Amino acid sequence: MTDTDTAVRPAVELNGITKRFPGVIANSDVHLTVRPGEVHALCGENGAGKSTLMKILYGMQSPDEGTISVNGEQVHFKSPAEAIRAGIGMVHQHFMLADNLTVLENVVLGAEQMYGIGRKAKSRVRELAGATGLDVDPDTLVERLGVADRQRVEILKVLYRGAKIVILDEPTAVLVPQEVDELFDTLRTMRDDGYTFLFISHKLDEVRAIADTVTVIRRGTTVGTVDPGTVTSRQLAEMMVGSELPSPETRTSTVTDKEILRVDGLTLRTPDGRALLDSLDIVVRSGEVLGIAGVEGNGQTELVETIMGMRKASAGKVLLDGRDVTKAGTLSRREAGIGYIPEDRTRYGLLLTQPLWANRILGHQTRSPASHGFLLNVSGARSDTKRIVEQFDVRTPGIDVTAGSLSGGNQQKLVVGRELSGDPVLLIASHPTRGVDVGAQAAIWDHIRSARARGLAVLLVSADLDELIGLSDSIKVMLRGRFVADADPATVTPEDLGSAMTGAGEVDADGHGAADGDEPGADAEKAAVPATEGDKK
Amino acid sequence: MIAKLRSSLLAPVLAIVVSALLCALILLFSGANPIDALGAMISQVGEGQVAVDIVNSTAIYMIASIAAAIGFQMNLLNIGIEGQYRIGALVAAIVGSAIVLPAPLHWIVILIVAMIAGALWALLPAILKVTRGVHEVLSTIMMNAIAFGLAAFLIRRDQFGILIGNNVSTEPIPESGLVPGISLGDRGTVFGLVFLAVLAAALYGTTMNRTRFGFELRASGLSPTAASAGGVNAKRMIVIALLSSGAIAGLIGMPEILGRDHAYTLNFTAGYGFAALGIALLGRNHPVGIAFGSLLWAFLEKAKAALDNVGVPREIATIMQGLIVLSVVIAYEVVKRFDQAAEQRRVGRALGTITATEPAPEAAK
Repeated sequence: MTDTDTAVRPAVELNGITKRFPGVIANSDVHLTVRPGEVHALCGENGAGKSTLMKILYGMQSPDEGTISVNGEQVHFKSPAEAIRAGIGMVHQHFMLADNLTVLENVVLGAEQMYGIGRKAKSRVRELAGATGLDVDPDTLVERLGVADRQRVEILKVLYRGAKIVILDEPTAVLVPQEVDELFDTLRTMRDDGYTFLFISHKLDEVRAIADTVTVIRRGTTVGTVDPGTVTSRQLAEMMVGSELPSPETRTSTVTDKEILRVDGLTLRTPDGRALLDSLDIVVRSGEVLGIAGVEGNGQTELVETIMGMRKASAGKVLLDGRDVTKAGTLSRREAGIGYIPEDRTRYGLLLTQPLWANRILGHQTRSPASHGFLLNVSGARSDTKRIVEQFDVRTPGIDVTAGSLSGGNQQKLVVGRELSGDPVLLIASHPTRGVDVGAQAAIWDHIRSARARGLAVLLVSADLDELIGLSDSIKVMLRGRFVADADPATVTPEDLGSAMTGAGEVDADGHGAADGDEPGADAEKAAVPATEGDKK
Repeated sequence: MIAKLRSSLLAPVLAIVVSALLCALILLFSGANPIDALGAMISQVGEGQVAVDIVNSTAIYMIASIAAAIGFQMNLLNIGIEGQYRIGALVAAIVGSAIVLPAPLHWIVILIVAMIAGALWALLPAILKVTRGVHEVLSTIMMNAIAFGLAAFLIRRDQFGILIGNNVSTEPIPESGLVPGISLGDRGTVFGLVFLAVLAAALYGTTMNRTRFGFELRASGLSPTAASAGGVNAKRMIVIALLSSGAIAGLIGMPEILGRDHAYTLNFTAGYGFAALGIALLGRNHPVGIAFGSLLWAFLEKAKAALDNVGVPREIATIMQGLIVLSVVIAYEVVKRFDQAAEQRRVGRALGTITATEPAPEAAK
């Protein structure tokens, strides 16, 4: 669907953009057309390739293939400075402001050549401040501003540098709902003044509220451009998560009645008392895969890290195989038989500068074959690494190369192989196939499935709904630190899950009839939960 | 294996060559002949007790750099070695002079006391780091300042100090507490505790590469996040690493006190702790590298007196030491990046071009 072919020259046109990193294709054949004076949302799950694409457009990285045109002219940005000169500005998710400088100083910093640093600069800042809805004196210190105003200062910064096309990277992530509404009002006003916005988000209700056009990106490529007025959140969710990927079906149930993991009333609070996890109950049995669905940032990471003992629960209990491990550290939980595939393998899973065999030891440093008592067993670790390389088809010239030189998929296969070593009773798998190629994905699914058949209990957290539905024996949906719905993977569709995850049930109830409960029969009463949950907010 | 050896030797050799060239340039600018200067330094080794002095200093530098390297292994900058070894030496000298035990036992007790005192001096920075997040550089520098003041106070004559000749020192340690050296007559006496340095280096190497503790320590340094996911308790490792570093630091003063001075005196040698940081860097935290780094350092330190004879200020050797450290830091970074890129290419080649074997997801669409 390309509905943007109008007489007007597009503000931004990306054609066939492809960007490869060693072993990973971040973007492949991306097409994106942004009309001038519109808010164009770029939508996709984390890891879908949104940020890489925006870095390419902003000149932070150069594409391997494809062309970029701005206002009809083809451009080759070598640095953000060139993108800024072409009128493109970017507001990063994490603010880049100096707290101890004033608004004026922050805005002018680095752009002194434009209007100097004196009266002219100040009057220009005043002039633009109105457009961004920033209602403070330019001489106010930034440390005195709230989050929403800081964001406006960031927008002001890019306007000051002459940007007419503004990229907003997840701008609502840091805002409370009222602030989001105010931001959207500002964006609408500015749009009417002729500014063009590229709005990056994975929150469907917000995208539908603000965007004139939505382009969905999945697994590195654009899957379609739609008018948010004519599609439902469910259709968008479906586009985001896809359904034609190789499906990891595991229909024959191997679930036994032996409880491996029991979590009772698990609660985790921030130091200021906000609940990141709100009395969660989980039971995973031997041979069962329990899937946790949810938009990222709703507590999944915290849940996994609390079960692993990397964070200390504020309340609640964790029982492994009947044994209370609530007070135990990460190492003793691992020794008790938990395998852990972290969501970010390069930061949490591997020592990138160490050889593969040394990485085999990590997390197993107290157990055979990696060690005897206090001594490491290097030859044992080496031969077991060879086994993993063979069984899990890790493509490497040998076990002495560093983990960092492998491709993403092969790194992940190594991690999966290691975590399934030593006969674990429970595997906690966080996004086990994120950022890996299709071949490695299928292999990883196979290994999880056969371990499950041998009686392994698996807690699976994933943003890939096909993966969740295909691998899980049951699914829980997580929203704002709570489980808001249960789903039966045999009957649930990615669209249903998508609505429950994004809290889109509420939006649809307003505009498009009941989002949930239109699945007749089995799921009706379960799926009704997110709607009520959504109403509470 | 050969490739690995090459890459680990490349950086230090590169650094030494670059800094030697820079020094040669400085010498030329100051109107001296670099070849003459180097010749004078080398021939100095044959003079009097210089050769033995170099051996003795090498051993001391080795102990000090191992203390620094333990911290470096997990990215802890123990700037406090200077203070830790001063306190270790002072306490050991006081305790050693107050007790009498049979010979080997006596000096073993003194060594243990030195280690405990050094470790305790590192305890406060360790506690501050894990409970309040105070950076160890700041707290150990503060502890250094306190150590200097405390040491000066404790050897006052109204405290533990006595006047021997015109030098103030602690009470001399009795004969049974002294470690016999190897006398080479006119050439001087090699400290008996030179072997302590060899032992420490061997123990350090084995611990780092062959034990669980060493693995956990290195893992914490390489990636605190991966280590924590792997079950390494980061806070515990910080405390253990800083205390071990302090304990080894406590030994730095021992070869001189138990082998030559027999007491903590006003002339107690300062500066080993700061030199140690540079040497550990030069030796890449590797025991053999540290041994060679210490030897080079000791040579520059002891042979520089000869520079005066050829009309070159001896401070040029100090400049060279500084240049070596600076070049080392740069050379390691350059070689590291080069190695990483080379290995990625090598892996890519061994498997065919990576991107070609992995079809783009949905590229067919």
